[in-house]
Amino acid sequence: MASTIKMRATERDGVVVVKALMAHPMETGQRKDKKTGKKIPAHYITEVVGEHGGKRVMTAYWGPAISKNPYISFKFKGGKKGEKVRLSWKDNKGQSDSKEVAIR
Amino acid sequence: MTVARRTFLKGTLAVGAVGVAVGAGLLAPRRVLAARPQTAFEAKSVQDALKAVVGTDLTEASGKVKVKAPDIAENGAVVPVTVTAALDGVEAMAIFVEKNPQPLTSSYELSPAALGFVSTRIKMGKTSDVIAVAKAGGKVYSARKEVKVTIGGCGG
Repeated sequence: MASTIKMRATERDGVVVVKALMAHPMETGQRKDKKTGKKIPAHYITEVVGEHGGKRVMTAYWGPAISKNPYISFKFKGGKKGEKVRLSWKDNKGQSDSKEVAIR
Repeated sequence: MTVARRTFLKGTLAVGAVGVAVGAGLLAPRRVLAARPQTAFEAKSVQDALKAVVGTDLTEASGKVKVKAPDIAENGAVVPVTVTAALDGVEAMAIFVEKNPQPLTSSYELSPAALGFVSTRIKMGKTSDVIAVAKAGGKVYSARKEVKVTIGGCGG
């Protein structure tokens, strides 16, 4: 299965900047299906975790007000080029995905 | 059973008990892995959402917290927001849209290695202040910026 996450981690002056784009509908549950008139059920990422060296660096708790195909960027110290950063997400329907990249 | 053996076994049991207590969260380290603050996401006012996510609605407006967002959002469904907190020891940050039906958009827990920086894109229903808070050293600092929205982004 193709990954839903595009991610880049770049180190400069001791700070690693992580930028990630996730493919996800982020449905609020308020939108109506134009054909049926019924509300499209809420389907959104509830949690995003960034890890480095096996430790959580950042945990994001998201609600449906985060935009569709969500973007996130965060920064941390102590990462070196070549080391791995992992980003994982899970949503309110129990789906999830994860990706690991090397810091460049 | 000799006295020494009894003491040794008592010691092992005590360590085991401590282990269980840590597991149960009773002896939690200062930075606890919190669960998702669900009630905060359901809150209909910024005050209630603040209390649920950072434990208080008393925040100190601070120039050290900056909200970068467009003056006018072309599309309320995708408003880029970047929050920076130039503070030591930022543990948590959160972003609210004051006039959204549920103001809390997201909250972030940061490890000691993380910087007070987060960037994302949010939905705004209408023109409103975007409020960012950062919790550091037991205090909550805040900043806000008005973003004008021409086409609302909540699906209405």
